[in-house]
Order: sequence, then structure tokens, then C-alpha cells
Amino acid sequence: MNPLSEFIRGITRDNPIFGLVLGLCPTLAVTTSVENAIGMSAGTAFVLVFANLFVSLLRKQIPSAVRLPIFIIIIATFVSIVDMIMEAYSPSMYAALGVFIPLIVVNCIIIGRAEAYANRNGPFYSVIDALGISTGFLLVLMLIGGIRELLGSGQIVTFGHTLITLPVNPSVTNMILPPGAFLTIGILMAIINYQKEKKRVRGE
Amino acid sequence: MADTSLFTIFMEGVFIKNFLLIQFLGLCSFVGVTKDVKSAAGMSGAVVFVMTMSSTASYLLYTYLLVPLKMEFLSLISFIVVIAALVQLVEFVVRKNIPSLYRSLGIYLPLISTNCAVLGAVLLNVRSDYGFAQSVLFGFAAGLGYTIVMLMMSAIRERSTLVNIPSAIKGLPQAFLIALMLSMAFVNYFWVIPI
Repeated sequence: MNPLSEFIRGITRDNPIFGLVLGLCPTLAVTTSVENAIGMSAGTAFVLVFANLFVSLLRKQIPSAVRLPIFIIIIATFVSIVDMIMEAYSPSMYAALGVFIPLIVVNCIIIGRAEAYANRNGPFYSVIDALGISTGFLLVLMLIGGIRELLGSGQIVTFGHTLITLPVNPSVTNMILPPGAFLTIGILMAIINYQKEKKRVRGE
Repeated sequence: MADTSLFTIFMEGVFIKNFLLIQFLGLCSFVGVTKDVKSAAGMSGAVVFVMTMSSTASYLLYTYLLVPLKMEFLSLISFIVVIAALVQLVEFVVRKNIPSLYRSLGIYLPLISTNCAVLGAVLLNVRSDYGFAQSVLFGFAAGLGYTIVMLMMSAIRERSTLVNIPSAIKGLPQAFLIALMLSMAFVNYFWVIPI
């Protein structure tokens, strides 16, 4: 296995949302704008990289019977760090993401990668895997956040810069409200299923 | 302590801040365990039980141990441990005393210790600065709201298994589109009722 293919696997085949279908709660809850999506992915990426690194370093010492509680304690430590750093340096982002920053601790992506990957591989590849999965998570969150922000408010504003403005303001407020999240992810998943099916039919 | 009335907290927990459709907490079980009504009911029963218990236990722990010792920074780690321990305890007690309930809830109990709805309820209690009665009621009401939506969702999915739709939409996309309609009803109907 080489580092680059391990990294790309996290974006394509093992994409946390569309491939593994893990961590749906933050994906739907915080994607009201691209800015929130970036903040959430950054927090998750920090926890994922360090949790994978430490689980991988300690994998020979952790007795397998009690490994899950130990993973959870390792993850909870890094989540507490992210929680405090974000509260101190970025209070507006912290208020927007709300309870979902501490809830990274029960995000199935992180414990899933600790169990399925870091527990069996060396520290270097575990960090590469974490970076790949985090990038996949970031791209999906930005895609969903972008669609919802554009259709809901007519423009995408990220950290004070207006990136895209629609010529007509559709102002479908429901896209920013909870139903928009279900609609966006439902349609995106249907498109991906359709593409997979087409590829399978062509392959046979 | 927040001076929100108990009735408001109850209505918020069940409808206005519904965990599944408005706050997106506990979605894994929402798409995973709603293929038939029986398992959805079992999962919901376990969630109501554990959510009420963990709201009670974590309120006591936070107010009488962590705050006096100025160790609020440990709250996340201690809540996780409390919920996991509580789930184990409930499992032992139910298995020994009510075997029939254990047979119907048994397989769902371990799933709950990593269910974000339970930890979410506990964290929201602390953030809203609720008192003892308010915390317990909010935990129970949130569990009740979860139950209502799980039962509706599983009933719809059970009846729509044989519907003739494109194969790309079958499974998860279909579940999300059903959730879209339920969510629109919740958002647009319950937000117009002033409490």
C-alpha cells in the first residue's frame, strides 16, 4: 500500500458519508452554510488525526477486551481540547455549531476508524488514513452546505467574502431549515446510487 | 436556573425541538432501526428509559460534584462514562427482574451508549441551565418526541416496501425523502404555535 492511494481511498471508496454512511448527525445539522461546514470539519479532523495517532501508538498496550472504553476516553480528551480552543478563539463559530462540537465524541466515524484502521496499522498510515477521511468529510460537508446556503439565501458568504451570488434570489427558506438537509442528502445519495448502478451494468 | 415553565419544556422536547427532525440527533438509529415497527418501538422504549435516567444522573453529578470542585472541564468525559455505566446497569437490572422486557429491548441497549441523542439531551440540559425537575422532564419529553417520530417513520417505511420506485432511490434515499416530508410538517406546523 502506498500513502497516496490510502489518502485518496478516504475521499472516494471509504468516503465517510456516502461510502461508509457514518456520522450523519453533524452532516445534516451544521450544514446551513459553507462556513459552518468548514468549522465542523476542522474540529472533526483534529480529533480524528490525534485519536488515530494515539490509538495506533498504543495499540500493542491496549488489552482488546477493554479497547472500546479506552478509545472513547482518548477521543473524549481531544474533543474537550477542541471544545475549549474553539470557545476561546472563535466564539461565533462555537455558538453556531453549538452542542455538535462536544458531540464529536459520539461521532461514529472516529470510533469506527480507531477500531477498523488505527487498531491494526502503524502510526504513519493511521494519520494518512485520518487525513483522507477528514478530507472526504470536508468535501461532502462543503457540498451540502454550499447547495443549502446558495438556494436558501441566494449567495455563499464565507469568512466575510461573498463567493457566489445568484442573479435572482430564490430565498427558499426551507433549504436552511431542517427539511432542506434531508432533501439535499436524499437527492445526492440517489444520484450516487444511480451512478454506481450504471457503472455496474456497464461492467457486466 | 432557567425559569422556563415545565409545560414549555415538555412541548419543546416533544415537538418544537424534536431530536430527530429538528435537531438531527440520533439519526443513525433513525435510518438504521426503522425498517419495521416492532424494532423501532423496542429501540424507542430503551431510549426513553436511558435518556430519563441519564438526565437525572448527570444533573446530580454535574451540580453536586463537578461544579463545587470546579471541574466543569471534565464534564464531557464524565457524562460519557455515566451513560455507558448506566446502560450496563439498566441491562443487568432488566435482565434479572423483567426477562420479557429484556428480550424485546436487549439488543438495543448496547447501541444506546454511543447514541448521540442521549448525550445530546444531557449536554442541552447543562447548556440551558435547567434545574432538577426541568432536566428530568426534558430528558423524558425528548425521548417521547423521539418515540413518536420513530413510530411514524417505521410505519411509513413498512407500508412502502413494495412501492414501485426507481431502484436508485430504494433504501437510504427513500428514507431521507420520507424524513423530508415529516420534517416539513414539524417545522412549519409547530413553529406557528406560540408557547
